[in-house]
Amino acid sequence: MSAVADSIDPAAARTTDALAGWGRRNAWTLGLLVFLAILLGFTKLIQPSYGVTGVQGLAISVLPLALAAVGQAIVVISGGIDLSIGAMMALTNVVAASQMQNQSEEFGVAVVVGVLLLGVILGAINGAVVVATRVPDIVVTLAMSFVWAGCALLVLKTPGGGAATWIQELLKGSIGNEWIPKAAIVLILIIALIWIPLRRSQAGLQIYAVGSDRLAAFRSGVSVGRTKILAYALLGLFAAFGGLALTASTGVGTPVPGPYTLLSVAAVVLGGVSLAGGRGGIIGPLVAVIILQLIRTDMTFLRFDPNLAVVAQGVILIGVVMVGSLVQLRRRRA
Amino acid sequence: MTVAATDLLLEASDISKTYGAVVALRSASLSVRPGEVHALMGANGAGKSTLVKILTGAVRPDTGTISVRGRERSVHSPAEARRGGLVSVYQEPALIPDLDIRSNLRLTDTPLEPFRHWLAELGLRRLDLSSVARDIPLASLRIIDLARALAIEPDVLMLDEMTAALPADLTERVLDVVGRSRGGDRSVLFISHRMIEIAAVCDRATVLREGVTVGVVDVTSGSEDRIVELMLGQVVAGLVKTGSGLAAAGMRPADVTPRISARAISSETVLQDATFDLYPGEVLGVVALEGQGQDELFDILAGSARPTGGELSVNGSPTAFRHPADAIRAGVVYVAADRAEALLMQRSVRENIALPGVASLRRWGLIDLGAERRMVGASVTRLQIDARAGAEVRRLSGGNQQKVTIARWVAGGVRTLLCFDPTRGIDIGTKNQIYVLLRELADAGTAILLYTSELKEIPLVCDRAIVIFGGRVVDEIDAATADEPTLLRAAYHLRSDAAMPEEIAAESATTVAQPESSIPMDSDG
Repeated sequence: MSAVADSIDPAAARTTDALAGWGRRNAWTLGLLVFLAILLGFTKLIQPSYGVTGVQGLAISVLPLALAAVGQAIVVISGGIDLSIGAMMALTNVVAASQMQNQSEEFGVAVVVGVLLLGVILGAINGAVVVATRVPDIVVTLAMSFVWAGCALLVLKTPGGGAATWIQELLKGSIGNEWIPKAAIVLILIIALIWIPLRRSQAGLQIYAVGSDRLAAFRSGVSVGRTKILAYALLGLFAAFGGLALTASTGVGTPVPGPYTLLSVAAVVLGGVSLAGGRGGIIGPLVAVIILQLIRTDMTFLRFDPNLAVVAQGVILIGVVMVGSLVQLRRRRA
Repeated sequence: MTVAATDLLLEASDISKTYGAVVALRSASLSVRPGEVHALMGANGAGKSTLVKILTGAVRPDTGTISVRGRERSVHSPAEARRGGLVSVYQEPALIPDLDIRSNLRLTDTPLEPFRHWLAELGLRRLDLSSVARDIPLASLRIIDLARALAIEPDVLMLDEMTAALPADLTERVLDVVGRSRGGDRSVLFISHRMIEIAAVCDRATVLREGVTVGVVDVTSGSEDRIVELMLGQVVAGLVKTGSGLAAAGMRPADVTPRISARAISSETVLQDATFDLYPGEVLGVVALEGQGQDELFDILAGSARPTGGELSVNGSPTAFRHPADAIRAGVVYVAADRAEALLMQRSVRENIALPGVASLRRWGLIDLGAERRMVGASVTRLQIDARAGAEVRRLSGGNQQKVTIARWVAGGVRTLLCFDPTRGIDIGTKNQIYVLLRELADAGTAILLYTSELKEIPLVCDRAIVIFGGRVVDEIDAATADEPTLLRAAYHLRSDAAMPEEIAAESATTVAQPESSIPMDSDG
């Protein structure tokens, strides 16, 4: 029973215990990392030329989905789900592109700040509607996805607009060591500035509490409604970062949402976050995003039919989650 | 001694609350003095749980005021209640299952040192604060929840059925800590069904009936009757003895075939040898401490588990149930302690009663709604079910829910009824009604097997009782003449002249066999 630590144990044994406990709690993420390492080895095997360019391309291509997955993870941990994240990314993407077109570099900074604010507002609206109407999250956000997608088309009818040079340069190439892509640094910075303080704050605790057991959280004095709105607002912020990443990497705005909504949910599930809420973190989903992208790349290298590759992605997702649940079930019985 | 209003620690006055057409509280008031342990009592449906929800901030009252230390407080959420000095501990611990204990403490801004102090007071010394709440046994979680509440030193601590289904040794510690808190500056509001606990720790009791505060009683020896009287609105002398002794062993004709005949029924190692006969027209009690195999026995008889050995005959012919449907077809039906197990909580009283009978009411594949209504109406009247909130069973009180589970079988004409602790958590008035009903059913020829965790109820309703100990039926006693000490000795499988071990005698103060106390304990108390 892990609940009762023996008080006469020597300190060394306790450290080992704590390590083992940490390993058990993060077993899923560790497993994903091992899987990622194997996958990287396999990629190098089938495509010996895979190297610095490959890693840099990988970093840039996963960035929008990685940001979306972090946002989605926060909402799923709080016990909700947001099916409008793809549409929100499209909307922030076109707003950024249309505003930056033919403007000065300095104005681009203002646009970035404004777009981030817009994301927070969009997310907060989603959350407020969920809390106020008590309609299930999945229904509200599905409906809102049409609203935000429509708004995106109102801003830009066809792909267009532009992006400030500095924001495009922000993701290109590497810094210092050629193996460290700038896009990865950007991702780590965003997470370090937002997620880590949140995780340590009372608000972060409340997000986990509400997702784990609403009634117990309510009875512990947590404002359930406010916490949910906060989680959705944070998702909006990450969606805006995702939209900006799209603007930066493509240089234009595309009003039609990409596949990010369902892929973000897939990454969250694959990343070990319980859809029932309250469990998981963001490292798992981030690793899952890289795995999903790498599988796609490998299938291209292996000259699979692209359609078949999509099918395979789905099968792998179900298979991995199923095996994971079985392992967890067995451990609980033991 | 008179106390001026400003000296009161907590005062709630003229609280009312209506849910649609149902008046839950008409005009309830409550005054708690500093330093006292105050009981809040009321039969099921008296509005007690609504008043508790209002005081904890889970529900907003329609009218009325709540003051703490003379200052009026708005208590519109548990967070506001906490700020106002009202902290509650519930039967279900309010700990977040996916967070470790340290985070749970941080969530409620609980200081660590006082928490450890109270934890030790409550006898839970070895607790790893980094263990996740989900991995901790339920009984310990409830102690942790209580220690957490005590640590922030609230003006009023509300204990809402906190001791229900808590193992006896922990209950004792909780009562001890609550009792010692008397006379200080802070108060405890104590909500419990158990008179014995009220008598042990409470100074005064406020009694609710039909949404109105009907009296405040000083708790002394003998005030129990007064409280019950107030709760029921009429003079009652405890539970009415209903056992008629009609089918007492000596009077049974020799040629009657038993309804159920069990021979050496076993289930793995838990149940080893259950041998007994259940005759039509009798209530056969099952006397057993917790975990002696009675759970498995009832599961086997109800068809939801298969025995690993032994023979079972129904009406004289050997039978093996594969599924509860087989048992129901053979006329053997099951009433569980946990109502949620048996009812469709979100459907109506009518649908719940009619569900098992639907098969016999079909006409060309459609349900004959007229016949259904007649059948349901008859059983609602017969069981005196309060069906005002009948559109959804989950809104009924616990006692009324249990009546619905019995009514569904009565409606179809029942031959053999298996009752597993049917009155758990039900108020005394409804208990009485359920036992009168069981007696009536038995007198009309139904065979009833009854397990109850409250030993003193055995002589009230049963004709005979079998004793299960260590998975075997070890004894049979004539229930009508057995008193509580006799039954307790039997339950512990002691000879009636043997001295009872001290700790057992102490435990008899509460109930003997609380099924939930099978939770593994990790306190060192």
